[in-house]
Amino acid sequence: MNRLRSVPLAIVIGIGATVLLLLAAGAPPLEAMRLIFDGAFGNTSRVAATLMAWLPLVLAAAGLLITFQAGLWNIGVEGQIVMGAIGAAWVARTVPGPSALVVPLTLVGGAVLGAAWALLPALLRTRFRVHEIFSGVALSFVAASVAVYLIIGPWSRVGVASTSGTDLFDERTWLPTAGSWRVSPVALVVAVAAVVSVLVLLRDSRFGLRLRAVGRNPESAFLFGIPTGRYTVAAFGLCGALAGLAGTVQATGFHHKLVPAISGGYGFLGILVVLLAGFRAVWIAPIALFFAAVQVGSTQLSLRLGIDSSLAGVVQGVLVLAVMIVGGAQVYSAARGPVVTGEEEG
Amino acid sequence: MEIVAGVVAASAPLIYAVVGETITEKAGVVNLSLDGSILLSAMTGFAAAATTGSVVMGFLAAMAVSMLIAGVVAFSGIALRLNQIAVGFVLFLLAKQLALFFGDPYIGRTGPQVPAWDIPLLSDIPVVGEVLFSHNLSVYGSFLAVIAAALFLSRTRRGLDLRAVGERPEAAHARGIAVNRYRYVATLVGGAFVGMAGAAVSLDQIAGWRENLTVNLGWIALAFVIFGGWNPWRVALACFVYRGLLFAAGEFQVQFPEFVQVLTQLPFLLMILALTVLNTERFRRFADRFPRLRPFLAGEAPTALGTTFHPE
Amino acid sequence: MLHQDPLVFLPFSVLDNFLLGAPGGPFLDRKLGRRALGETAARYGFDFNADAPTRSLTVGERQQLEIARLLWRGARVLILDEPTTGISEPQRVELFAVLRRLAAEDLIVIFVSHKLEEVEALCHRVTVMSRGKIVGRRTLPAPRDELVRLMFGDIALGGTRPEVALGEPALTLSGVAVGRRAASPYPDLTVAAGEVLGLAGLEGSGQRTFLRLCAGLEKPGSGRIAVGGRALARQPYRRFLDAGVHFIPAGRLEEGLISGLSVAEHFELVGGNSSFIVDRAAATAKAEHRIAEFSIMGTPATTADALSGGNQQRLLMAMAPDEPMLLLMEHPTRGLDLGSGEWVWERLLRSRAGGTAIVFASSDLEELLRYSDRIAVFYEGGIIAVVPAAAATASSLGLLIGGVMP
Repeated sequence: MNRLRSVPLAIVIGIGATVLLLLAAGAPPLEAMRLIFDGAFGNTSRVAATLMAWLPLVLAAAGLLITFQAGLWNIGVEGQIVMGAIGAAWVARTVPGPSALVVPLTLVGGAVLGAAWALLPALLRTRFRVHEIFSGVALSFVAASVAVYLIIGPWSRVGVASTSGTDLFDERTWLPTAGSWRVSPVALVVAVAAVVSVLVLLRDSRFGLRLRAVGRNPESAFLFGIPTGRYTVAAFGLCGALAGLAGTVQATGFHHKLVPAISGGYGFLGILVVLLAGFRAVWIAPIALFFAAVQVGSTQLSLRLGIDSSLAGVVQGVLVLAVMIVGGAQVYSAARGPVVTGEEEG
Repeated sequence: MEIVAGVVAASAPLIYAVVGETITEKAGVVNLSLDGSILLSAMTGFAAAATTGSVVMGFLAAMAVSMLIAGVVAFSGIALRLNQIAVGFVLFLLAKQLALFFGDPYIGRTGPQVPAWDIPLLSDIPVVGEVLFSHNLSVYGSFLAVIAAALFLSRTRRGLDLRAVGERPEAAHARGIAVNRYRYVATLVGGAFVGMAGAAVSLDQIAGWRENLTVNLGWIALAFVIFGGWNPWRVALACFVYRGLLFAAGEFQVQFPEFVQVLTQLPFLLMILALTVLNTERFRRFADRFPRLRPFLAGEAPTALGTTFHPE
Repeated sequence: MLHQDPLVFLPFSVLDNFLLGAPGGPFLDRKLGRRALGETAARYGFDFNADAPTRSLTVGERQQLEIARLLWRGARVLILDEPTTGISEPQRVELFAVLRRLAAEDLIVIFVSHKLEEVEALCHRVTVMSRGKIVGRRTLPAPRDELVRLMFGDIALGGTRPEVALGEPALTLSGVAVGRRAASPYPDLTVAAGEVLGLAGLEGSGQRTFLRLCAGLEKPGSGRIAVGGRALARQPYRRFLDAGVHFIPAGRLEEGLISGLSVAEHFELVGGNSSFIVDRAAATAKAEHRIAEFSIMGTPATTADALSGGNQQRLLMAMAPDEPMLLLMEHPTRGLDLGSGEWVWERLLRSRAGGTAIVFASSDLEELLRYSDRIAVFYEGGIIAVVPAAAATASSLGLLIGGVMP
């Protein structure tokens, strides 16, 4: 399928739909777009906010690339982010010691818990052939529930069992920032390293090649001697680890406490990013940045023009839908053309 | 008994949603946009009703929206041969955001609600009267939905054809059944019910509009369709029991605060149970030994669920 | 039309299957259906439990259900595609009785089968088709040899193979049976290094299962399988690969190759290299080398689905280890033109000379007679005969394939 043709057309449609929506909401389109851009990149603190939204998103998207390459729909990624945040929170609350010790441990804790949570749908699929969409959705809700339980139960603020979150973590556990900038360089390094590693893993490594084989044709892959079950589990585990890192960034890097909506919807949004990127690793970072910018920048819209910030989500969704439908329509019209019957020949 | 009546009434939206999705899935289509679709149609229904002052308009608007979304899912899956899961998922997110976006001005407004209507005579029957016949049209509609769906699927010719489409499309095609047409219709009809579910929330159960109005209703519906074995009676029963449990948990919240949390997860855990245990060969052979009970025990997915069919 | 695998709906009841697709009012008239089912069944000697799930019926009973349904719907022409596959002997007798009755009632019955004895027993006339064309019509009874000749063509046995000394046993089966039910086991079989065993028989007679058992992709219900002396019966597939077994399936693109992956990537996947990063340059070079060696028309970057059938087969063969102990091939030359087919066999014979044992299934009698040392004939899921190829003729093989024991 020639995606390169469909993307520009789809983007045009997406922008067109957004303009229509803006007009319907009573906002001048150009002004709105300017505000969004300004809201995302206008000053250093806004750039920091955009980057803080970019980090968990790109981590989740990178992880999802792995599971998509294995032919899996890891919708449970939201739950894996939450569990990662819980893991990081646990470390932050219980491990004593200096920053240099605790901070890496929070990252490890988040990754481990996220990976463990992802192994559940993996095993349900390989052992019981349960489709990972259903188990993923179920486990995401369970994870969210565990978070709420911790927040109003064992980890609640003294005297106040409220859903606004736990106590702030001790400052030494926060991902360290540089000066007054809210973005943590540590988090940036981790995210960039993760994205690059995933790129290399999927494109250049033997593991990535085998994973692609499993994703495209598990029977043939098995015939080659590739242990398909193990690769499926590994894909889930890796994605879960990356999602867990996203959770850590959210917990100790952004909120600095555990809140109910700790995943921030970045899991689902990550799926959109990957879909829009056409499953190509190179596009993950820029598209994630675009989505993050729209997300952060649209708060300006609500402040200045009174437009609900959910416009961000609408734009993101419309774009992906447009790309999918336009792409599908092109395949459809191409398939309607002259059909060549495959007469076997030497 | 007031409690039971309350539970029955509160189940109406969920019932509409599961019945609708059951019909859709029986034909082999998965409408993953369910949760977003319900939210958007709830908002649309409320907005339309608040603007026109008519509850009927609200329901119609809600149904129109959800049918449109369902139509996109069906079209993408059947005509464009896209992955119906992918499209459904994107629509879920999009519909949800659209609901928040367009619903913003309606937050906090009051609008018309479905008027209560005790059915004369029947509602005077002791016990049963209060439980079943002292509600409003929306709730009665949910009863009718279950009965209609069950009768349609098990007793009518077209219902059997529909089940054939979801079970083994090639065989249905060989018997002259227009497979894709049934799939479109089933998805649209299912979508209509989803719309009614949304309207039932914003115009009756929790009148009004606010963010997160239909908390996870769509996902719960999807879970119960699976757990209820794609059988309208069973899914309805599951809904009633679930709401009853929720109510009980609410009452005992002081003594067992964690109970509520566990309960909200119950539909999903049950769904996983259904997928792992109830769908195995051994359980099926066990169920085959009791043909009368079979509809209650067996819970197999329509075999062709999620697949595409193309007559060559 | 009655398909070999009857198009019934397994979870639905017998009654619902009977009624599905029939015209009528909006509501299903199950009472009417029950009566009609009972009448039709009684008329032809069937016996149905209307409420049982169709899943619980045997293949023969499902056939009967379909026939009953088609008759009830007023079919005047009944086409049966290999209806006696997978049904028991008493059921076959019943089926023939029904078919004869239907013919007597002026229905047109078209019976598609490769089983000579059955065709002779049941039919009045026969039309023989081969490779998509009608090659002859006869009124029965007709001489068997003639029918076989029509079915399989005149075989010109040309070319001799170089003699190869047979070596150690490469594959040994003893008491191997498929599945847990007491299906009759295969006869004990030993294939020596350098020997070629051909599997004859109509498609779906069990050759595929046999090959997959030998490849380790399926586990036998009982018995022992040894490759090169090593007992491997219920070991994981990996062990078979390590022992030097290589299986090439018939569905080249669907089962053996991966659409969207390039030639070089395929070689990388089966190559023994275990480095973490794939060395692109080395992979391309290796691929080019193999492409030249196996005369594959394509570049290292060509994707598997872009190759023609013949080149896909060459790729599959190029992916085999250099000197496998045992080469299992399902229809090695199906769909290939003459030149490609000859090339395949040239390579296979070369492997054979190097000590590889070859087991291959084919529906081409000429191929079987020309290249095999011995031929195992499959019928109804089991092996009914193992004959030395030198002693077999096209006609004797054809008879065996048609189920006629000498």
